[in-house]
Amino acid sequence: MLTRRDTLAIGLGASAVAMLPVAAAATPVDDAIAAYTGGAAIAEGGVTITAPEIAENGNTVPITIEAPGAVEIMLIATGNPTPNVGKFTFGPGSGAPMIATRMRLGRTQDVLAIAKMEDGSFASTSVEVKVTIGGCGG
Amino acid sequence: MTEVRPRIRLPRSASAGDSIVVKTLINHDMESGQRRNSAGETIPRQIINRFTCEFNGVMVLDAALEPAISANPYMEFEAVVPESGDFVFTWYDDNGEVYTATETFEVS
Repeated sequence: MLTRRDTLAIGLGASAVAMLPVAAAATPVDDAIAAYTGGAAIAEGGVTITAPEIAENGNTVPITIEAPGAVEIMLIATGNPTPNVGKFTFGPGSGAPMIATRMRLGRTQDVLAIAKMEDGSFASTSVEVKVTIGGCGG
Repeated sequence: MTEVRPRIRLPRSASAGDSIVVKTLINHDMESGQRRNSAGETIPRQIINRFTCEFNGVMVLDAALEPAISANPYMEFEAVVPESGDFVFTWYDDNGEVYTATETFEVS
């Protein structure tokens, strides 16, 4: 028979287990960022992300990223099983450092855009997108 | 999968040197490699992993795409048109196939 003390212990154990994946999930995002920037400092701001605050369907979330002065934009979905979404390199024929596309989001999460500037520095902005139905399921 | 058919939308007209908005879409499942079939087996990844746009041989956009890009990948971006010429769009499939589309654009 379970005592009140046992129940408490079980509850604590369960919450500890539940918290583990969260701690582990921070790593792929950090890895993705480090792989892109090579560990360089990233300035806050300078990038504009236009995305819905609430996305009803995580399978197709419209997103527009604009980064004046950027030569490349890296898009990262911090809560997806694999964080990288796309890397957009603007060539000499580009009219503006902007890209609009549609992305999959597995759950409510922050979407991060890192812009690589002409001088090699990095700037980033992130926005939270709430997802009603995730876009990674079967 | 159904036949892959790229769709391109360009403005009707522009002056030489203008920056124009280019919209592209290609029908493709973008199978993420995350899904399982009814037997519980992982469906292998098959996506468009790269998209490029050139105008008269000058690179406009070179995009490296991951499974988190939605099915029927849509790309909207801006290109400078210094003179009349051809846009060449290229999509690279995981299975090795390459799809291309060419659009002639006349400046006024």
